[in-house]
Amino acid sequence: MGRKLLTEHINVPGIRNLETYRRQGGYETLKKALAMKPEDIVEEVKKSGLRGRGGAGFPTGMKWSFLAKPEGVPRYLVCNADESEPGTFKDRYMMERLPHLLIEGMAIGSFALGCRTSYIYIRGELMYVFQILQEAIDEAYAAGLLGKNIMGTGWDFDLHVHCGGGAYICGEETALIESLEGKRGNPRIKPPFPAIRGVWDCPTVVNNVESIMAVVPIVRDGGETYASIGIGKSTGTKLISACGHLKKPGVYEIELGVPVEEFIYSDEYCGGIRNDKKLKAVVAGGSSVPVLPAELILKTAAGEPRLMSYESLAEGGFASGTMLGSGGFIVMDEDTSIVKNLWTFTRFYHHESCGQCSPCREGTGWMEKILHKILDGHGTLSDVDLLWDIQSKIEGKTICPLGDAAAWPVASAIRHFRHEFEEYVRNPQAIRTDHHYYRVNNLSPELA
Amino acid sequence: MPKVTIDGHTIEVPEGTTILQAARMIGGDVTPPAMCYYSKLKTSGGYCRTCIVKVTKGSEKDPRPMPKPVASCRTTVMDGMEVQNNSAPDLLEARKGVVEFLLINHPLDCPICDQAGECHLQDLSYENGLSTSRYEFKRREFEKIDIGDKIKLHMTRCILCYRCVKVADQVCDTRVHGVINRGDVAEISTYIEKAVDHDFSGNMIDVCPVGALTDRTFRFKSRVWFTRPMDAHRDCKTCCGRVVLYMSGNEVLRVSARKDQWGEVEDASEGRAGWICNECRFEKKELKDWTVEGPRNIDRHSVISQNQYLEKKNLRIDVSNQKQIEEKAHN
Repeated sequence: MGRKLLTEHINVPGIRNLETYRRQGGYETLKKALAMKPEDIVEEVKKSGLRGRGGAGFPTGMKWSFLAKPEGVPRYLVCNADESEPGTFKDRYMMERLPHLLIEGMAIGSFALGCRTSYIYIRGELMYVFQILQEAIDEAYAAGLLGKNIMGTGWDFDLHVHCGGGAYICGEETALIESLEGKRGNPRIKPPFPAIRGVWDCPTVVNNVESIMAVVPIVRDGGETYASIGIGKSTGTKLISACGHLKKPGVYEIELGVPVEEFIYSDEYCGGIRNDKKLKAVVAGGSSVPVLPAELILKTAAGEPRLMSYESLAEGGFASGTMLGSGGFIVMDEDTSIVKNLWTFTRFYHHESCGQCSPCREGTGWMEKILHKILDGHGTLSDVDLLWDIQSKIEGKTICPLGDAAAWPVASAIRHFRHEFEEYVRNPQAIRTDHHYYRVNNLSPELA
Repeated sequence: MPKVTIDGHTIEVPEGTTILQAARMIGGDVTPPAMCYYSKLKTSGGYCRTCIVKVTKGSEKDPRPMPKPVASCRTTVMDGMEVQNNSAPDLLEARKGVVEFLLINHPLDCPICDQAGECHLQDLSYENGLSTSRYEFKRREFEKIDIGDKIKLHMTRCILCYRCVKVADQVCDTRVHGVINRGDVAEISTYIEKAVDHDFSGNMIDVCPVGALTDRTFRFKSRVWFTRPMDAHRDCKTCCGRVVLYMSGNEVLRVSARKDQWGEVEDASEGRAGWICNECRFEKKELKDWTVEGPRNIDRHSVISQNQYLEKKNLRIDVSNQKQIEEKAHN
């Protein structure tokens, strides 16, 4: 049984309320933090080796130490709760159950960075979570845990929740900042990075919900204790939102380093594939990371078992590896059509492209149209090559990573499942009856 | 002063210069094309991605190459930087891709477009594009909108360079138009087709690299290569009054600001950009309103620069005639 740092008390009835949360030891860590020196807190986070949980995996402690500290200029900590990646729902789960853990983490983080005001930017679709957070903040203000002279230490701190308009792109940190300022959510061109010029041109740190929550156990137990969990440079625990054709989909807190096979098949976690089908493919970290076929997700190309960690999942580069990303673990069984799945992803990126830079604006729509054509049975073999060419011309040419996120699923699907695309092209009539489709692919013995 | 090498040409440039500006100082083929960058407009550039270059050496201190192609218009030069533009075949291939993306939803209605002949997208696709299109779906379409009685917005042709939004933001004192919607249906628009009403709003026609914003007083009057561009000026209270007249015979068909070889407005005086006001642009359409200086050398690689009016002896404007007109105007 792995250790639980964030979800330890999540099933306590009424944990959403301040009183119950404090009974479980809540806000004790904030008290401890306020007695520490801010630099020491940053040092603890650095020691913990905590890596950003939003997707890129950049070390949080390093991000904090990059924050510019000019005199007389306010600094801001912004919590990125704009969780919109298909397949990822860990932050929503945590916020609707443990809003005070986020508030405590925000207070500790803001104290460490010297911020007087901080923001939680939450996506617009999560209106009910917004209300839960707002109620929790009101409770915390009433109890003197936010506002003026917190816990009698003389430190003033304000926390606001800001509701976005419901755009995936606002999960990109500079677009989030633009949106927070009240502008159109378009990513900024970097440099300057938010650590130098962020919200209202002031130094800003943007962190994922889970990263901020993880600061609480780090400060409570010390960075070294946190670093002792996990494997190599992937320290601590990670929330994985497992979905797809699983017996027990849901949010799991794992110690990084659990083998993928154990995560999928053990009863402690997902419990295996639904209806005892065979595993076909896994998207390991939210829709934007490359999809891997079963043989490559369970074992690396070198034949070693793959672990749930930043390094192990990325082993082999994009040729035979993927990324841990945001922890959106999408499992597909043998009956799933990769092409249909890819079309769904691409349609999402087409819809969510902000339209600022041309490769992503035009390319995502083009890829979606081609995939739709293939699915309709009108595709040609050259369409598959064209798709490959388009994705290679989007990747790395855009302002923000949305272009890459749209290109990687297409690239990996063609790389590992080209035969399926070709099958769609070769049998335009037959693919409309799914039975035939599964038979020719030799996927489901009972259908053959 | 940092030294930068672009395609083997080394140049020393002031601190804070971007790669694109450095390349323009060198000039010639080294300069990457730019569709959205406009040196006179702050925070412009970085959107169209046509000016991408490959940085093979970051700087003297940190010689690592940059992992991705960078937008040269928004990347500042570091000392010892080495940049590849035309000398990197993979970069040219990437740029070809960008040009293709810009063109897939463009209507390619050049035969009926007023911008044809002075269109940056035409130049770009001629130099960097494919000869055919691989796009086989329906192209995006929008309704044409009149923003005011002088400017026509034809959104179907737009490449979303944001230049006109920056003009509205920085040259005009109130901004009434911007970008609405997102992705490939994002469009430039005013709020519920409200007219743009400002003395300098006409400059958005000049900054538009394609035919999305056109002058309604010139629409379908003539192809630009049949007109004779002439430098002219007048004493204007609102603006610098230095313009180019596009003439046919003694008739002034169109008035625009003076543009340099990069398609940007020239400086008027003391480093101020030579934006012109709407009165000069739309109202003063008679030769008597202007003092003609001489023929304009359109220094771009477009078809206008190939016209035959560059030699003064070929001028068909009768100067004595103009004097008579001026005298009449005084009387």
